[in-house]
Amino acid sequence: MTRHPPPNPLPQGEGELPVAPPPAIAATKVSKSFGGVRALREASFAARPGEVQALVGENGAGKSTLIKLLGGRLPPDSGTIMRDGRPIRLANPAEAVAHGIGTVFQELTLLPWMTVAENLLIGREPRSGLGLIRRAELAPRADAVLGELGIHHIDPRALASEISLAERQIVEIVRVIIRHPRVLLLDEPTSSLVEREVEWLFARIRALAAQGTVVVFTSHRWKEITSIADRITIFRNGSEVGTFTEIDEAEAVTLMTGQQVETLYPVLTAIAPDARPALELTDATVNGSTRLDLSLAAGEILGVGGLAGQGHRELFLGLFGAPPLRHGTIRIGGEPTRIASPADAIHAGLGIALVPEDRKTEGLLLPLSVRDNLTLPILSRLSRLGVIRGAAERGMSKAMIGRLGIRTQGMAQPVGALSGGNQQKVLVGRWLLAESRILLLYDVTRGVDIATKHEIYELMMRLAAEGKAILFYSSDTEELAHLCHRVLVLRDGRIAAELAPPALTAEAIVAAAIHDAVAPESHHAHAE
Amino acid sequence: MPSDLAIPTQAMRRRPRAAHLLGQNAGLILAAVILLLCIVGFAAMFWVQQDRLPGNFEITSTVNNTMPLAVAAIGQSIVVLTRGIDLSVGGVVDLTNALAAIWLTGSLPHMIGVSVAIVLIGAAAGLLNGLLVGLGRLQPIVVTLATLSIFQGLAIRVLPQPGGAVPPGYTDFLVNPDQPTALAFLLIAVLGWMALRRCRLGVGIFAIGNDESAAVALGVNAMRTKIIAYMIGGALYALAGLFLAANATAGDATTGDGYTLTSIVAVVLGGVNLFGGRGSAVGAICGAFITTMIVNILFFARINPLYQSFYQGLFLVIAVVFGALIGRLVRGRR
Repeated sequence: MTRHPPPNPLPQGEGELPVAPPPAIAATKVSKSFGGVRALREASFAARPGEVQALVGENGAGKSTLIKLLGGRLPPDSGTIMRDGRPIRLANPAEAVAHGIGTVFQELTLLPWMTVAENLLIGREPRSGLGLIRRAELAPRADAVLGELGIHHIDPRALASEISLAERQIVEIVRVIIRHPRVLLLDEPTSSLVEREVEWLFARIRALAAQGTVVVFTSHRWKEITSIADRITIFRNGSEVGTFTEIDEAEAVTLMTGQQVETLYPVLTAIAPDARPALELTDATVNGSTRLDLSLAAGEILGVGGLAGQGHRELFLGLFGAPPLRHGTIRIGGEPTRIASPADAIHAGLGIALVPEDRKTEGLLLPLSVRDNLTLPILSRLSRLGVIRGAAERGMSKAMIGRLGIRTQGMAQPVGALSGGNQQKVLVGRWLLAESRILLLYDVTRGVDIATKHEIYELMMRLAAEGKAILFYSSDTEELAHLCHRVLVLRDGRIAAELAPPALTAEAIVAAAIHDAVAPESHHAHAE
Repeated sequence: MPSDLAIPTQAMRRRPRAAHLLGQNAGLILAAVILLLCIVGFAAMFWVQQDRLPGNFEITSTVNNTMPLAVAAIGQSIVVLTRGIDLSVGGVVDLTNALAAIWLTGSLPHMIGVSVAIVLIGAAAGLLNGLLVGLGRLQPIVVTLATLSIFQGLAIRVLPQPGGAVPPGYTDFLVNPDQPTALAFLLIAVLGWMALRRCRLGVGIFAIGNDESAAVALGVNAMRTKIIAYMIGGALYALAGLFLAANATAGDATTGDGYTLTSIVAVVLGGVNLFGGRGSAVGAICGAFITTMIVNILFFARINPLYQSFYQGLFLVIAVVFGALIGRLVRGRR
């Protein structure tokens, strides 16, 4: 087979077109396959200097793959990447940086056992006359760099593995920004950030765009997209559907999915009046603060919100025994229960299950199959004399895949090959098979596309209606406001506010988190 | 500064600088403490047996006996930091030790030339490992297990029977039997290590040990870095072979075999993480001395030499468990 050279993407000889400067970054008819899956099919994309361009689409639509091609993380199978109208070939992200292209990839690339300062300044460390790095200057230099960008809460001497996910995301963004890219690619930069941090990022993006930098970013949060993007490019099924300057959400979702999603948030079922508390926590110590109490009823979706780093993670992991809470009493179905390890949590009274944010490292065994991942905690139940009953295992897996609508090529497919949203469904399915009655969902929709989000929301509603008790943390306050019966706003390991309808709105959650941060004393009165 | 350009924060809770240093160097500090305890234990044992503290002779012989291991452990730690492991240490030490015994003669220019040639042979051995690991993308443990046998075989070929002779001047220079002058070489090694930490190569070694694909994304040439790391390792094992020959004043193509395992033991005791990216060659030097001190203590405790390896193993387990407990305590405080 012979391949013809790709047609010149610049219109030539068509006299009536004005001579515009070439796009700062462009991809023409790029394709990329992974195994048998075509992630991008002859997709084209262009972004102009000084503009903020959003890239939206379902997970699996090819946005991340396109960012990886533009950022030099992957080579295209075919097609051309152009920078200022000239074709370029990128062997790795470092070469892209040399072309002025800076990328924050979705998978963070901080070096875990090196300090924040070492990570920020890698490759451009302060050096002595002999060319040796002045290690003592690393931290002060990093502190100055962070401070210049308005970040004062991240300790440059801490290891990257010691700071929170949101802080890591910010460090990653800063590392790219301080290299002064002419093209800034951000893949889901806001997924682990809370509002204040998103505002900071957007202010930065606007400042960069004002200086003529091209900013391309992906996000699943529509509000963010419309607040920052000059143009919106919609992707579906591996190629672009169109680029718009004005488009409303419903129209965009239709274009993204090829179908109409009526309302994103399903209607909440009321809790049964005689519902008994499934999980009670009293006098717990979280984030160094004492006396946190909460009670979660069967059939209830209890939201937990607030700024990042306020103890949500510690609380969720603590209830799952990984590691256990320092102090506090847990009652499961009214019975005081000791949870010292995840095994205790899984087997406790009603069964506690955790679906963590970082599903790749904390929940799923990526190289193993969907089936293996689903049935892992119940293998003893599925085994006879230590031998797994294959037919029973397959039957249960198949039923769960159908029930949750997990999109997979089959139960033998490795979980690592599924999209993020479907990986989350596998995790939820695992705990349903284990017959857990208490689900701890920790930011489960992070980085999940809108259509799959909708499916997860409906699943949550269904599970609550079936009597499961759900404790739900989300960094997306809209979600909390729409999906929860009640929301607790945490600050510094304490409950700063408890919100229930009609007072339960996204604005109220943000206000409770922020007001409290600004003036901790004055707002306590009506928070209690 | 406009407020929207800053992330508003509550009270900053930064840990003091000393706490960071302590936490991030826990392995090294622990190694130094264990070494200190070993020295005190040895001195006490010596006092009980000999009615005096260890003197110049004991210190000198301890240093001289530890030099080969200390140098080999530095090499091993550099390889381990890249998330690799080098089992070929023993083979390289055997080979270079044998070559030293047959090549070295009395004239100074000749001694210098032979030493340089032998170190280069060690680097070439490391280059072979590095190419297979870095370029061939093969697993370090398999590659170096194979090259271990190859180098051992070559060593036997070079020196089938123990023998040869090392000129006294050579011995005096490397491992002076009268004074612990060999410590100067360790000082040079520590300075070299500090320089490595402060150059591009050193940053690359740590970076690929942390996360290779992230390091590549940050512009680290992983292949070249690995190859150089194994070459530095090989050169240092060759140096260890020279120290061994100088100390024994003769050659033996099998005495180096033990260094494969003892160099790994020294690296572990020195707080270098076997999964790469964390640790220090200074720790590895401490680990090497701990290993020797244990042998000394066992000797003065009149332990039957036949049981020596049993007690060494026991000590290693205790040290590793102790280290893990301390690590957990340090992390638990956060």
